[in-house]
Amino acid sequence: MTNSPLSQGVVSGRLSSAELAENFADLHAPLDDHEALVAADRCYFCHDAPCMEACPTDIDIPLFIRQISTGTPEAAARTILSQNILGGMCARVCPTETLCEEVCVREVAEGKPVKIGELQRYATDTLMAEDTHPFERDASTGKKIAVVGAGPAGLSAAHRLAMYGHDVTVFDGRAKPGGLNEFGIASYKSVDNFAAREVEWLLQIGGITVETGKRLGERLSLETLKADYDAVFLGIGLGGVNALGLEGEDKGGVLDAVDFISNLRQASDLTNVAIGRDVVVIGGGMTAVDAAVQAKLLGALNVSLVYRRGRDRMAASVFEQDLAASKGVHIISNASPKAVIGNGAVREIEFEYTDNDLKATGQTVRLPADQVFKAIGQTLSGDGLPDLDGSKIAVDGTGRTSVDWIWAGGDCASGGDDLTVTAVAEGRDAAEDIHASLS
Amino acid sequence: MADLTSDFIGIKSPNPFWLASAPPTDKEYNVRRAFEAGWGGVVWKTLGEEGPPVVNVNGPRYGAIHGADRRLLGLNNIELITDRPLEVNLEEMTRVKKDYPDHALIASVMVPCEEDAWKKILPQIAETGCDGFELNFGCPHGMAERGMGSAVGQVPDYIEMVSRWAKEATGLPVIVKLTPNITNILYPAEAALKGGADAVSLINTINSITGVNLDVMSPEPMIDGKGTHGGYCGPAVKPIAMNMVAEIARNPATANLPISGIGGITTWRDAAEFMALGAGNVQVCTAAMTYGFKIVQEMISGLSQWMDEKGYTSTSDFVGMATPNVTDWQYLNLNHITKAEINQDDCIKCGRCYAACEDTSHQAIEMSDDRVFTVKDDECVACNLCVNVCPVEGCITMRTLDAGEMDERTGQPVAAGYGNWTAHPNNPSVQAAE
Repeated sequence: MTNSPLSQGVVSGRLSSAELAENFADLHAPLDDHEALVAADRCYFCHDAPCMEACPTDIDIPLFIRQISTGTPEAAARTILSQNILGGMCARVCPTETLCEEVCVREVAEGKPVKIGELQRYATDTLMAEDTHPFERDASTGKKIAVVGAGPAGLSAAHRLAMYGHDVTVFDGRAKPGGLNEFGIASYKSVDNFAAREVEWLLQIGGITVETGKRLGERLSLETLKADYDAVFLGIGLGGVNALGLEGEDKGGVLDAVDFISNLRQASDLTNVAIGRDVVVIGGGMTAVDAAVQAKLLGALNVSLVYRRGRDRMAASVFEQDLAASKGVHIISNASPKAVIGNGAVREIEFEYTDNDLKATGQTVRLPADQVFKAIGQTLSGDGLPDLDGSKIAVDGTGRTSVDWIWAGGDCASGGDDLTVTAVAEGRDAAEDIHASLS
Repeated sequence: MADLTSDFIGIKSPNPFWLASAPPTDKEYNVRRAFEAGWGGVVWKTLGEEGPPVVNVNGPRYGAIHGADRRLLGLNNIELITDRPLEVNLEEMTRVKKDYPDHALIASVMVPCEEDAWKKILPQIAETGCDGFELNFGCPHGMAERGMGSAVGQVPDYIEMVSRWAKEATGLPVIVKLTPNITNILYPAEAALKGGADAVSLINTINSITGVNLDVMSPEPMIDGKGTHGGYCGPAVKPIAMNMVAEIARNPATANLPISGIGGITTWRDAAEFMALGAGNVQVCTAAMTYGFKIVQEMISGLSQWMDEKGYTSTSDFVGMATPNVTDWQYLNLNHITKAEINQDDCIKCGRCYAACEDTSHQAIEMSDDRVFTVKDDECVACNLCVNVCPVEGCITMRTLDAGEMDERTGQPVAAGYGNWTAHPNNPSVQAAE
């Protein structure tokens, strides 16, 4: 190892492979059988449980936890997966602290919720380890449905449609399916190639063909899809990235956080991933935290996460903020980027302190930066899409767009939070509506 | 600090906590360590006749029921009486008693139902210096098949007969250990008294199967694919044991018969409860088998603290104090009317009270859209189920209505004073009773 966290510039190999392996290990080690029983026993089996209400996919949480506590995690998994076919990934990436676990009566009463997310993972991992698929595909209907985007929304819709006997083709522009599950979340939330394994497991339902390297406007057109298929579901996510709009933004080392995260996820050897000594991440959401934490885990000496408003306004949950802080990320709030300084490559970035209404104070601060990761939001990209509602595709409650026989869901569609679990729910609900419309 | 010294039928011990006759008291090594740990007495593991000892199974001898986090709630065993030679046990008992003269050492005995057998062995055992005998009429497995243990305990005439033989054979105190595997505990208790026994101890273990192995289709504990009923003990049996103790304590014929309480005693509080119901002392086994001998330290400190708080100076101060309050259903006050009350500050909104009441009781709890749970006084019969299922202790309580206050359920004001079923107008026997 020639480099260290102190090495100047953007370099790889700041840490040894052993250190990197430890840093990028599972964020939460899986519960073992006994831990799961103890955790499950804390569930009160609430009437009309608040956790169920809080789950975007309406998983019957008290029931699946009771199934775990009686030694039938496979049955628990079926309860979960019947509502959320990506229950395994959601167990890993859901911000449970702001969803089910936030409203758990034991969180409200004691500040210690039932570990719903970890129990969900225990159940789904148990079933998936048996390498069986819990659902059967109905007899073929002969109907053809195109799903554009192999992310959480598209996969969820595809699975439900295939289960009903429709023939589904899923298109995705990337080289492999999975969408943000595969390319967009921190490595330590999905170790051991889980996203790819989950897709493979999901496809065991049968009736789904995946075609990669095809996206709208690139070897694929909505007009053709409309003509060739009985229905179309758009789960295309947000392909564009917001720019800072600053002078000097094009300097070397100023990158989109989503690209950094994606490259890191796909890297076969983390010792080859280059990272700056001084890294600045701009933004306040999950993507910003994922980028900042992973920069630190790669061995950057200083990582600052800079958000323009107060910490209480950050989209990243308190859990995520605390995780970042615990890994040594320096969170700076109330600071807006002003200028990227450097000769060819970024050297420093200047911020101006702002109040929660973004009113400038005139006070500035400069942070040294070999790398700047922009994580200030993503945008819908594409031409000829159905009507928009603001910046997203307008949909009704079941995902119908302004165009007949085209549905949409996930991040690209209006309404809902941009969460994996929300995308799964929207994909599932659109599939139900497509199926009802075709029947 | 309260004085815990105990005098049970003339047998003195530093405290009322004895180890029951069982594996923990099987040999000198254990008993010495038990006394050092603080146990007031031991009932030595049951001795049998001279000659080749019994043989135990070498597969599992115990089965268990677990609660959350594998807390052991109930244990069952299929061990027999001591499987060590009589003379070895007697030598060890002699040495132990010599070294611990102030501790109680009781010999548990089980021999065939023959006069000669009992009259031969008791004087022989008495030579050890033991403080008394406990006649094992309780073991429900193995020995019962050979006409001993609970096979004797289930026939009151035999109990009376053997008790008499024992009293004729020895001047030492005789305790008769009763089996709960009968229809009415008063019959064996009265038989023991008639036979001249100085005391009874109860309960012995309850016939049980702890589980079924659903792969092999055999009861647990399983010995090479088969199982047999074993004796159930531990915290799960405590309510059953306490009822039997109370029944004997409040039965006029046996009210003065001393009782050594046994059955799931795990903490000082359990011991105090048995004693309040009439047990002069207590015997412990499963708790020691689960946690080791050290638990007696908590029992000693806890009972002392509680006695100090209550102003009791001796254990005899509170023995039997709860007995007069154990009554028959027909004497319960029907004019005592209560209503459940939910403390909204303590409520964590789990809705368990609602589910229990709505689905299985009297539909007396209302749930609002924002999960506020309130009691409907006009439906509440004060069954207490909501209190029992609520995970927050003290959140739901029962408020007693004052005399004259309106009971919204019946539309009648609460009657003043005491009124029970024997005098209730709905009781068809009321006329005849008068």
